[in-house]
Amino acid sequence: MQRRQYSMKLITILSVLCLLVLPNCTSDKSKKKQQDVDLEDFLSEDEIFDDIDKAKKIFYALPSPLETAMLIKSAGAEYDEQLLNSVDNTRNYTSSKSLALNLGIYTTDLSFASLFDQTQTSIKYMEAARTMAEGLDITDAIDDETIRRLNDNLNNRDVIMDIISETFLNSSSYLKENDRPAVATVVLIGGWIEGLYIATQMVSDDNIQDNKLVDRISEQKLSFKIVQRMLTDNLKDQTGRENADIAELTEELEVLRAVYDKIKVETSEIKVEPDETTKVATLKSQTKITITPEVFKELRVTVSNLRTNFVQ
Amino acid sequence: MKRILQVLFIIILIASVNPFVGAQCKGFAKKICKLELIPFIHDGNYHANILTEGEEAELYKTFYSGQDYRLAVCGSDALGVIEFQVIDGYKNVLFDNREQNNVRLWDFKLESSQQLKITIKVPVGTGESEYPASGCVAIMFGFKEK
Repeated sequence: MQRRQYSMKLITILSVLCLLVLPNCTSDKSKKKQQDVDLEDFLSEDEIFDDIDKAKKIFYALPSPLETAMLIKSAGAEYDEQLLNSVDNTRNYTSSKSLALNLGIYTTDLSFASLFDQTQTSIKYMEAARTMAEGLDITDAIDDETIRRLNDNLNNRDVIMDIISETFLNSSSYLKENDRPAVATVVLIGGWIEGLYIATQMVSDDNIQDNKLVDRISEQKLSFKIVQRMLTDNLKDQTGRENADIAELTEELEVLRAVYDKIKVETSEIKVEPDETTKVATLKSQTKITITPEVFKELRVTVSNLRTNFVQ
Repeated sequence: MKRILQVLFIIILIASVNPFVGAQCKGFAKKICKLELIPFIHDGNYHANILTEGEEAELYKTFYSGQDYRLAVCGSDALGVIEFQVIDGYKNVLFDNREQNNVRLWDFKLESSQQLKITIKVPVGTGESEYPASGCVAIMFGFKEK
């Protein structure tokens, strides 16, 4: 009880000092026009608080393979099986990094095929994801029961979505709870790159302007900032030892950062509009995306090269 | 042999009492918090950890235009109501569950894609226990197929 009172006093003193001495502790309302949303800026003030409370836990959420596939579909993408990573490649993956990347890649492919009701393909890709998970010693994420449930519900897309969601939850929770968060990060990045690959391949040169899919791809700049944070956070383990897979991936994704730096995503302030009938709030704001056709083509080539490297 | 059994017994006893040994929040996230998302589809991501009263956590995520989202923030019974806020890049608080009867859910959609921060706080309890309470806290997202 005494310890708690002492902590409260310490926090109060530090907060007062923070308000008096550091101008960054107060929010700057004057910059409320349009701004380039940047997680670096977003985080800068919180880092001050992190210095006070080292125990604070930070989570970064990338779109999962299922959400990625959904975002591509809702932006107007059509199904093209040629774009998926062939299940014949499963035997090529033996290293931890390639298994993790392709667990993410196959899960995005599985989600994509399922959203377009490609049932037989879905089963093949669930098996491929299972092979990757087993290669990573993730036990019970995808088992015979999962495949049986999938087979029994081929005409029920809601159940299929639930099965995919659950298998991904099983994998990621297993990795995180067994002190392998770096592997979980690589899985997520693999799935995210696959979504980016599928989406960029679906935009032809004569259809870059005013294309919803191009906007969706450009907006991934926001998620790329999260990718960078996840990589930084997982570069070293608890003992301070560098993770070679994360270091390698960080270097490989540097080319993507260079291209995304050429794309501008500006957002206005958000106004919340509650709806008492539907109970769904609408976050009203505007986004201005600036991307030239040349930069888009560069992005497509960059993503394709990265993905080719990951699946070979 | 007797000594080995004694040591094993002590290890099992500690593991069953101490929540930090083999911190497993997967069951909590999967069997309790995920149900809060229905009828939304869980995205499959896992964000859960053991938190102690007074502790805070933050989550950063990009939300995309045109999608309907449900955010669920759940905590073990021992922790009481988990406080959470949704904050935008301009530091504006878009949602605070303390102003909404301490709800565990928020349904929303966006006109344009935004990066948002979710802050959660386990309130300090009023119990007289010598040790602060700990338990699982999960942040989960669901969306609807379009």
